[in-house]
Amino acid sequence: MSPTQWDLPVELCCRPMAFVTLTGLDVVYNAVHRAVWDAFCANRRADRVPISFKVLPGDHEYPKCRPKRTSYEWYIPKGILKTGWMNKHLNLVPALVVVFYELDWDEPQWKEKQSECATRVEIVRQSLQGRNTKVAVVLIQKKTPLPPGEDVIASERAAALCNACELSGKSLFVLPHTDHLVGYIIRLENAFYEHAQTYYYTEIRRVKSHKEFLNKTTHQLLFVRHQFKIAFFSELKQDTQNALKNYRTAYNLVHELRAHETNILEIKTMAGFINYKICRLCFQHNTPLDAIAQFRKHIDLCKKKIGSAELSFEHAAWMSKQFQAFGDLFDEAIKLGLTAIQTQNPGFYYQQAAYYAQERKQLAKSLCNHEASVMYPNPDPLETQTGVLDFYGQRSWRQGILSFDLSDPEKEKVGVLAIQLKERNVAHSEIIITLLSNAVAQFKKYKCPRMKSHLMVQMGEEYYYAKDYTKALKLLDYVMCDYRSEGWWTLLTSILTTALKCSYLMAQLKDYITYSLELLGRASTLKDDQKSRIEKNLINVLMNESPDPEPDCDIFAGKTAQKLWADRISLAGSNIFTIGVQDFVPFVQCKAKFHAPSFHVDVPVEFDIYLKADCPHPIRFSKLCVSFNNQEYNQFCVIEEASKANEVLENPTQGKMCLVPGKTRKLLFKFVAKTEDVGKKIEITSVDLALGNETGRCVVLNWQGGGGDAASSQEALQAARSFKRRPKLPDNEVHWDSIIIQASTMIISRVPNISVHLQHEPPALTNEMYCLVVTVQSHEKTQIRDVKLTAGLKPGQDANLTQKTHVTLHGTELCDESYPALLTDIPVGDLHPGEQLEKMLYVRCGTVGSRMFLVYVSYLINTTAEEKEIVCKCHKDETVTIETVFPFDVAVKFVSTKFEHLERVYADIPFLLMTDLLSASPWALTVVSSELQLAPSMTTVDQLESQVDNVVLQTGESASECFCLRCPSLGNVEGGVATGHYIISWKRTSAMENIPVIRTVITLPHVIVENIPLHVNADLPSFGRVRESLPVKYHLQNKTDFVQDVEISVEPSDAFMFSGLKQIRLRILPGTEQEMLYNFYPLMAGYQQLPSLNINLLRFPNFTNQLLRRFIPTSIFVKPQGRLMDDTSIAAA
Amino acid sequence: MGKRTRYLTITAICIPVITKENYPLYIRSTPMENELRFQYMVHTSLDMVDEKISSMGKALVNQRELYLGLLYPTEDYKVFYTTISKVKFVMVVNPSNTALRDNEIHRMFWKLHNSYIDVMCNPFCNPRTISRPGTDNMVMSMMIQVC
Repeated sequence: MSPTQWDLPVELCCRPMAFVTLTGLDVVYNAVHRAVWDAFCANRRADRVPISFKVLPGDHEYPKCRPKRTSYEWYIPKGILKTGWMNKHLNLVPALVVVFYELDWDEPQWKEKQSECATRVEIVRQSLQGRNTKVAVVLIQKKTPLPPGEDVIASERAAALCNACELSGKSLFVLPHTDHLVGYIIRLENAFYEHAQTYYYTEIRRVKSHKEFLNKTTHQLLFVRHQFKIAFFSELKQDTQNALKNYRTAYNLVHELRAHETNILEIKTMAGFINYKICRLCFQHNTPLDAIAQFRKHIDLCKKKIGSAELSFEHAAWMSKQFQAFGDLFDEAIKLGLTAIQTQNPGFYYQQAAYYAQERKQLAKSLCNHEASVMYPNPDPLETQTGVLDFYGQRSWRQGILSFDLSDPEKEKVGVLAIQLKERNVAHSEIIITLLSNAVAQFKKYKCPRMKSHLMVQMGEEYYYAKDYTKALKLLDYVMCDYRSEGWWTLLTSILTTALKCSYLMAQLKDYITYSLELLGRASTLKDDQKSRIEKNLINVLMNESPDPEPDCDIFAGKTAQKLWADRISLAGSNIFTIGVQDFVPFVQCKAKFHAPSFHVDVPVEFDIYLKADCPHPIRFSKLCVSFNNQEYNQFCVIEEASKANEVLENPTQGKMCLVPGKTRKLLFKFVAKTEDVGKKIEITSVDLALGNETGRCVVLNWQGGGGDAASSQEALQAARSFKRRPKLPDNEVHWDSIIIQASTMIISRVPNISVHLQHEPPALTNEMYCLVVTVQSHEKTQIRDVKLTAGLKPGQDANLTQKTHVTLHGTELCDESYPALLTDIPVGDLHPGEQLEKMLYVRCGTVGSRMFLVYVSYLINTTAEEKEIVCKCHKDETVTIETVFPFDVAVKFVSTKFEHLERVYADIPFLLMTDLLSASPWALTVVSSELQLAPSMTTVDQLESQVDNVVLQTGESASECFCLRCPSLGNVEGGVATGHYIISWKRTSAMENIPVIRTVITLPHVIVENIPLHVNADLPSFGRVRESLPVKYHLQNKTDFVQDVEISVEPSDAFMFSGLKQIRLRILPGTEQEMLYNFYPLMAGYQQLPSLNINLLRFPNFTNQLLRRFIPTSIFVKPQGRLMDDTSIAAA
Repeated sequence: MGKRTRYLTITAICIPVITKENYPLYIRSTPMENELRFQYMVHTSLDMVDEKISSMGKALVNQRELYLGLLYPTEDYKVFYTTISKVKFVMVVNPSNTALRDNEIHRMFWKLHNSYIDVMCNPFCNPRTISRPGTDNMVMSMMIQVC
């Protein structure tokens, strides 16, 4: 028996196709025949009919047909299905034999050729005696045939030939050997296919016809056999629906058979075959759920049919094969387009197959553990005469025996022994690993990472059993991190235990140490005695001794390992192992914690390293060093404890570096930071803990950052979620969970001991040189050096402020745009203890609003930290927010000479400009002077002298000025005429002499200028006196270029009598002036209305008397008549 | 009495509680010698749980019914699952128990979930190991041994 006895036979797994043999073709020497044959068999695409062709000689002997049984009465079948049957119908017994014969219709020697052909057909018929196989003749012709009916000779001769060969007309074909060979061949094979179908149909009928002779008691096996045959013929006929139906019936019939230990293998074998066919057809029909359901049913029915206990591994092997075959079918269907899902994919079947293969191995191990002296039986009971079995699934030593009693127990015993001994040689691990790797590939495809990991663990373990430790270790190491990251410690421990065994057996030092470290750690669920053993071994390895062998190892491999370990004693190669702990969970935990998030540079930086061991016994480490991002500090943070290698476990409670399990050890470190590191972060980059001696073997555990390993983040999360109260511990001990890693700290500058005061008088006034007095006083105990002041606008404010703020130290000159907003590093020298200095700072703010000002004082001081002289740079800063306001408001208005408000001014006619300066400053202001700068379009009527020189304004007070101006005619100017600028020079009254005066320029508003046709002004005294003549002269000026007709009238008034022209009409030439003289004679005292002058311009009807009233006075004060006596009366008085 | 008999028909072989981060909070299985195998089985079943949760996406939050039913059929055992706030309860039951109905499994999860809530409501409980006698008894009552 071959080791592949469980493999399904090829003839079962292939797709059955109609079998057609071609005779009379000489494919070796005849080129035409060769071409014909090639056309039949080469490049058969899927759309061609499913036929398997075979070229055979004309006189080929086909399998003999057994004589037909007329009665089944005395017939007792010896088994279910003969091993040769499927092959016989697939490859030996054709459905159709085709006789090829070269013969043209116009063959001259027709008679001879015809009889030769008939003979050939006869020979074939002879050989097929008793079978229903069809025979067909194909004439290979050189000429292209004429259309049917036209060639009279052809039809005659065809009929004759059919007659001679005893063929029906449908079985005679013509193959013209012309250009379209493939086309003819396709037509031919379609015709062959029809014949073949008829053949298989008759075969099905033939098998069915046997049924009526069968009886249920003796012919149970035949029911199955016939049903199977019908199904198989249906498949050959390509009638898969009926095939499936019949296979299903056959499957049910198999399970109706009476099962016994002697025939159970045969039943299972057949059930497996039929199940395979059913599943295959279901997948083919695209009904995968039917296939799965059938398979589940099959497994449920068969899994308890173990059969002989002594050969139970055979059952496991068979089960494994069932799953594997289904997995293969499933996978094949997927390749043809079926979609599988996560929960239903071939992986599960391969996995199950692997599981049964493992079971097979276990069973084989316990059942086939014969002594080496047990010899394989001779003669071999597994040999048969023919080399093969007659029936599927029978025992070679009792073929065809249907009795359930064992006729020859001795023979049976020998047979079982032979099978068991054979099983011992099976490479089980190989089978298991293949199945597992199939499953892994599937689960990878269907997103099952954990299933994949699990299977890889199994593969690793199988490699371990197969003694391929390198591969085992590789696989186990690969999946470990998955279990570690999800915290499945039980599973991780189990994997680690296997990995430790592998590394022990290969004497792989580093792996051995790493796995030991983790198995001793808190992630391990091992019992304490196991941990003790591992710890002892680890110490042994570090002391350069061989560890004790791992339990349950293969004895032979263990011996090899001991030799390997002995070789390791020479300490060849590197013996310092640095192991990064971030990827696993070692038995020591480490946490680093700076005492504070920041340290002043003049105080030593302090931090603790907390260590905790989880191993069962106290352990002594040799060295601890801490590395920083600035490596210069590394030298200060090393603890080394000189100890001999053999002291690792001795004097356990003494020494800093000896860890007692479960107790947290705190180690304090201190160092002085460098002054260059002020403002920088100091970070612990790694912590290294060495175990063992550097001269022997040494393991360096390396924590990145401030500690923590693969499990600690998860633990921290859990600890954070827990509200559990921790039991009280003595004062000097801490709870491990409560320690929070703090791996970095900031170095900040020394605390300054100076005071900085600012003195000023807010608010600042726009554009003034605002004085800020900075007072710095040293409270340091020693002299401070290199005091520097940085002052000005605090950076980071609105960018516009930087443009409009200027700072200087010199208040005597006005600063301009070129001055900066911030003065940096102004050296101010040294300061003795208690000394103070004052610095004036002038700020000019161009815009109103609030600004933040910064005053920053830095200095150097010598100080000591931990008896080390260091120069510290200290600094102190002060900020102040200063509001800037306008010092005053200036209001400007235009009025007429009569002080009446003017919307617009009239060309050439004088008007008044009035300025009003209202102090808005909370501090007294001194107006040093003012100045009116007129625009070119304006002229002044009198002197432009400042009227407010050296006026002091308190808050809310105002200073006004008045200027008489005239604007010459300019024609019509859009938007008005510029007036000029008003410049005020001012300073704070409190400001010192040398502080410059600030000139504030105010642009005066534009004014609209209007031309008038006629200007009238009056010359009259400032007052009149009752009954005294009051001469009034009106000047009428023509402002136009035309001669103007003017109508003038004076209306009488009650208060006056007057002389002069009461009503007149006159003409005024362009640019000239007309004078009108009146003599008014006041009659009443008081403020009296003058007789009103009415002027009417004929050309300008818009020129109204209202307009006129603006220019000329309408009333006058009349004094009462003086008493001439007065002087005397006064004198008398 | 009637209640008791119903539980006798149900045999859960392994009942673990798994956290949001997929690490085991609590595992209890009946035949202790085979514990490793059940743990592997539970662990692998998380593949399907993850897939189901991710395919549900945000819908999970709104879903009141969190019972996912049979996760996948293995040859010997069946695995069920339910979740609230992504804490997972898995149950491995013996498939030989054909009488096992979906609503019964559901009820078991409901009871288990309630007892879990009771335990977690205790502010002094350490979620690392739910080892209060209350849960244990609860779980044990479901795990009446087959034999």
